[in-house]
Amino acid sequence: MSDLLRLRDMEADDPRREQRLDEIRREAERRGKLQVVSTRPAGAPFPQASTDTGYYGIPLLKQPPWTWEIPLYFFAGGAAGAAAVIGAIADYTGADRELVQHARWIAAAGSVISPALLIADLGRPERFLAMLRVFKPQSPMSVGVWTLLGFSSVAAAAAFAGFLTDRYGPSLPVKVLENAGQAASLLFGLPFSNYTGVLIGATAIPVWNHNAGDLPLHFAASGLGAAVGILELMGHRKSRALQALGLGAAIFETWEGLRIEGRSHNHLDPLKHGPSGLITRTGGVLSGPLPVLLRVASLFGGERRSSNLRRWASWSSIVGSLITRFAWVHAGHVSARDWRLPLKDHPSAHQQSQENVRAVPNRS
Amino acid sequence: MSVTAFLTDSTLCIGCKACEVACKEWNGISQDGLDWSGFSYDNTEAVGASTWRHVKFVEEAPLPGFGGNAAEHNSWSFSSDVCKHCEQAGCLEACPTGSIVRTEFGGVFIQPDVCNGCGYCVTACPFGVVERNQKDGRAFKCTFCYDRQKVGLQPACAKACPTESIKFGEIEDLRREAQSRVDELHRRGMNDATIYEPLNTSVEGTHAFFIVRGDPRAYNLPPAPEVPTTYLKKSWRSSAIAAGLLLGGTLVAFLSDGNRSDGRGR
Repeated sequence: MSDLLRLRDMEADDPRREQRLDEIRREAERRGKLQVVSTRPAGAPFPQASTDTGYYGIPLLKQPPWTWEIPLYFFAGGAAGAAAVIGAIADYTGADRELVQHARWIAAAGSVISPALLIADLGRPERFLAMLRVFKPQSPMSVGVWTLLGFSSVAAAAAFAGFLTDRYGPSLPVKVLENAGQAASLLFGLPFSNYTGVLIGATAIPVWNHNAGDLPLHFAASGLGAAVGILELMGHRKSRALQALGLGAAIFETWEGLRIEGRSHNHLDPLKHGPSGLITRTGGVLSGPLPVLLRVASLFGGERRSSNLRRWASWSSIVGSLITRFAWVHAGHVSARDWRLPLKDHPSAHQQSQENVRAVPNRS
Repeated sequence: MSVTAFLTDSTLCIGCKACEVACKEWNGISQDGLDWSGFSYDNTEAVGASTWRHVKFVEEAPLPGFGGNAAEHNSWSFSSDVCKHCEQAGCLEACPTGSIVRTEFGGVFIQPDVCNGCGYCVTACPFGVVERNQKDGRAFKCTFCYDRQKVGLQPACAKACPTESIKFGEIEDLRREAQSRVDELHRRGMNDATIYEPLNTSVEGTHAFFIVRGDPRAYNLPPAPEVPTTYLKKSWRSSAIAAGLLLGGTLVAFLSDGNRSDGRGR
């Protein structure tokens, strides 16, 4: 043991370590050659590597190492970002103060929960600050961390300043903080509500990158549905603006669901088949068609009925949004395990193999 | 200080796994699989956080004469897999800490003292090379023996390879060498020998290329790996549209709500 530790501390050009590599080589020369011919007895069923099975069907890609914190973060961040936008616009258009302040509190809550979840999922949480060494526009994770940082600092400030104004009356410095915080959380909230779609879209995972152009829109609608839902559950079930936004988000989610179901491609299989398909569809129905129906029904009939139906629509959208985030991350795992996808031929691949052949003249 | 590369010639590999052992020995990586996987003589199935060199044992359907085997036996070839050290590296672009850098030798290196284990590089690698070590929390992969190259030594795997199936050298020299080797194999009648290096995809070539016989897909070498930054434009465009719709939609929703100032729901 102590020898091993000493070995580790040695310099790269230590002759003894170099000798050890020579020993390995000599041993391999002497005994390393496989003398038996294949591990398969003639006629025995045994997996074979081939063009059709890849390397014994062993997954080529690695699965995302993320656990439950990340999809929950997608949910919290999406809802918080959309809530910040709703709060700011509601304030600018002179909507009632309680709605504005509630939206700000949702954003503020998200701005505390989101970094906690993100940090908890790091392999080395104590090194979170390493992400703040650099800003890399080509890395959605880097852009996202900076957006999160900006959003978190201003969303909480806006909510707190609003609280001070409500409690102790208007004062100039608080008003300045409130307005600046609100403007900044609108600015950060817009990308924050949907960047997680970019985050998973720009990866090597087939089901994600195949939907790179859809995911940000999809996630934005999902976040908006959840934010509206939370606001309505906080009591704002008479706001026509929220009704319109909730309806818009649910209609978009319905369309997105139809778009996924309508396209036929191997890359989309995890969204349609197996357990991950079931979860995706459940999330889709809860965030799309169901709230649409409930909200349309709530337009007719009495006030009490309307309020009840909107409460149900809200629950449906919130739970649907949460399930949708978990569904996409789960589908990513399933997709990464599918060895067939990265081995699939597509046009550019064909061209490549032909060029390889051309570069190497066949002399037979 | 030259730009270096690996050329792994599977036609010379004897499946001894000296490269795996030497890699672990030099880099101080713990053992991670003395059990048989059930797939030929393979132990670990793939490169990962604790397997930076991995010998693949490709048994294919019997093909008389292939690889010098008797007709009744399976065709069998070995190939030592490794991080490809892409010219356009997905992991490097994705890393939010700047932990992953390109060295002066052209390799892709994860600085272990900076990595915070966010795991984004794992999803960004089109070859499934980078992996997070669950116990340690950080991402690991082949370092291209950066410490050895620094002092003018060749990587441990290349040094220990008894048949020189793993060659190390200046990248353009090795590309020429690969070409002449394949030409020679073709002259000897092995017409299925090819060079695997994804030059015509967004990866734009690698610092570890391979000579394999037959279809590279049987070795889990993807025909068209793409660096994920190619999806950025599409994604951010969608993100901008989403932000615009959210802003515009919210504005319209509130402006058209005549009762917005007394819409208290309680």
